[in-house]
Amino acid sequence: MKKTGAQILWESLVREGVTCVFGYPGGAILPAYDAMLDYPIRHILVRHEQGATHMADGYARATGQVGVAIATSGPGATNMVTGIATAMMDSVPIVCITGQVGSKAIGSDAFQETDITGITLPVTKHNYLVTRPEDVARVVREAFYVARSGRPGPVLIDITKDCQQSSCEFVWPDAPKLRGYRPSHTPSSREVEQALDLIHSAKRPIILAGRGIQLSNAREAVLKFAEQANVPIATTLLGLGAIPASHPLNLGMMGMHGEAWVNTAIQEADLLLAFGMRFDDRVTGNVKTYAPNAKKIHIDIDPAELNKNVRVDVGLIGDLRETLEGLLPRIEACDRTDWVSYISMLKGDSAVRDIQNLPDNGHLYAAHVINDLWRETRDRETIVVTDVGQHQMWEAQYYKHEEPRSLITSGGLGTMGFALPAAIGAKVARPDAEVWVVVGDGGFQMTMCELATIAQEGIDINIAIINNGFLGMVRQWQEFFYERRYAATPLVNPDFCKLTESFGLKAMRVETRGDVVPAVREARRHQGTVLIDFRVEQEDSVYPMVPAGNDLHNMIRRPSAIVETGADA
Amino acid sequence: MNTFVVLVEDHPGVLTRVSGLIRRRGFNIDSITVGHTETAGVSRMTIAVEADEFGARRIEANLYKLIEVLRVDNVTRRPSIFRELCILKVKTTPETRAQIFQLASVYRARIIDVSPESLVIEITGNEDKVQSLIDVLDPYGIVEMARTGRLAMLRGTGTASKPPEDEQDFGAAKAEEDLISHSV
Ligand SMILES: Cc1ncc(C[n+]2csc(CCOP(=O)(O)OP(=O)(O)O)c2C)c(N)n1
Repeated sequence: MKKTGAQILWESLVREGVTCVFGYPGGAILPAYDAMLDYPIRHILVRHEQGATHMADGYARATGQVGVAIATSGPGATNMVTGIATAMMDSVPIVCITGQVGSKAIGSDAFQETDITGITLPVTKHNYLVTRPEDVARVVREAFYVARSGRPGPVLIDITKDCQQSSCEFVWPDAPKLRGYRPSHTPSSREVEQALDLIHSAKRPIILAGRGIQLSNAREAVLKFAEQANVPIATTLLGLGAIPASHPLNLGMMGMHGEAWVNTAIQEADLLLAFGMRFDDRVTGNVKTYAPNAKKIHIDIDPAELNKNVRVDVGLIGDLRETLEGLLPRIEACDRTDWVSYISMLKGDSAVRDIQNLPDNGHLYAAHVINDLWRETRDRETIVVTDVGQHQMWEAQYYKHEEPRSLITSGGLGTMGFALPAAIGAKVARPDAEVWVVVGDGGFQMTMCELATIAQEGIDINIAIINNGFLGMVRQWQEFFYERRYAATPLVNPDFCKLTESFGLKAMRVETRGDVVPAVREARRHQGTVLIDFRVEQEDSVYPMVPAGNDLHNMIRRPSAIVETGADA
Repeated sequence: MNTFVVLVEDHPGVLTRVSGLIRRRGFNIDSITVGHTETAGVSRMTIAVEADEFGARRIEANLYKLIEVLRVDNVTRRPSIFRELCILKVKTTPETRAQIFQLASVYRARIIDVSPESLVIEITGNEDKVQSLIDVLDPYGIVEMARTGRLAMLRGTGTASKPPEDEQDFGAAKAEEDLISHSV
């Protein structure tokens, strides 16, 4: 039977299992919107196309399934770029569909024409310009396959308006044939032998756990490996939750705002086992002085990650879970008591950072808010979606993530404005989970228009604004490195409560430590979205910190804590 | 200088994808040539890029990320033939014409156009040879010059362009082998 390109688009999306898309209409995508009404698709009308991409991203991160965003040509498409780049940096499978001007008008600077495939070339895993209805089904099939296989990533499909309107016979194609695409690899036996030798001869090994663990569902395999070989685990920001926070071998987060003992342990290790992580500069500090005495084994599905930032001794290219399952039967029990107890000794240092241990001076600190939020919400499946800034790091430090996909955050690109829309996507994907947004007063204002989406769609999430009256993280850098010259970081904010209420949503303000728990409880009891405006200490900083480009073990410690606890830095 | 022979799907925009990817990773492309191959639907690029050994491996691994890239061979340290084509227009006078004809013949270059005040000369060879002819003609006055950039082909029976029997698996076996030896 003949169908239009627009009908074929939806027919194909439905066959790919899509039930929900996030989008914003316009002239060049109008035929697709019109056809959409005849398909079993939930459409969430966003307020800005950036929001649509972050929602698709949050949807994908919460489930591992492909998220879909849709927009018109020109300004609609360019508004998507930030969200696409965010997904690219964190290997998130999303498919973005954009309308394009008629194929005859391409290149004429027609109304609302942009070369979106050209613009998104460096920030997509792959992209397509489709001009004939005959190609739509194949392209959709390929796009989903490419987005979710191998190292996942965003794929964009740009469809001309005439392609949406003209008709052809609908044929659902066989599995995609992409002769140049090699999503899977298997490590060679030579490399496997080398890795086993290194693992068995190491005295002070440490696992660096990254997002790849979540992407390849390798949690069990990593835990078995760590337990069998008795190797402690440090995680990246995006690796949080990949391994239960409470697991005895889990040391916690490494890197710029990681735990001091974790960084010290990495610097003193004789073997690093990088599992699905990519040695980002926020994790390594100065690469020249990074883990100087350690051999390095890197397991990653993407060959281009090997030796990119850090030279490795053995690279195992392949799916992390499959690779570890291959190694496991050959991992011998190793006694690393000295090493593990040495690290436990380093952990005593924790008090230096832990603001929870400071005497209560009546002030509300972000750490109190996060810590209380964690205690209150650990009784059920909770997803925390953070924005970017100080609050993001405090969340990472004080919220103890036990489950995979329970923390959603923009790691690689560090995109402010990510949290609110991504949380909407996460909630749509996992309606049974409780979803909390942890967001700064700055980042919230970048996409707060999506409160309207929440109201219109009846989305039930909770929002914790960590309101410090500053672009806090930048202020912190100004405090540390620019002599407290606060150029363009103080914020004049709207009344977030009134703002929220204007959308018909509930809001509360919290100014003291004692009010945190009651407010969180009330928000949880309330049906529908609640925003809590937490007024926290304005000039608090995230400790410890490795200044960008410094040696990983040279961390700046919380000055007041040093005085209070008497521990020395 | 590293020379890559890259086989790609003959799709619009592939050249941009390839060159954009190399540029984005911070490498400078010295020359890039593209043309059809003996296989329909497959184009062949020869790319000369400045990079150290690690850089060259990164370029290769990154090129394989492009879905339209079928095969990458770094032929730099393998026995290969490098060629480029250059067309030069040189000023002549009745006195210099004979000298230029003679120089051209020393280089086995061909005269492809003659006019009262200039000659057009065509030369193929490796870059050294081409450059050397340019240098000797320079004093006579080069009016215009066009160079193709480098082309490369492995010597002997080795090929950088033959698809294996199984169409589906184009270059995959070879890619696998290269990628796996990525550790040091
Ligand atoms: C889109 C975007 N613009 C700028 C930045 C740079 N930046 C990083 S953190 C930060 C401050 C964030 O302030 P706020 O949202 O109030 O959170 P806080 O750090 O106070 O918790 C800025 C401006 C960014 N990451 N993203």
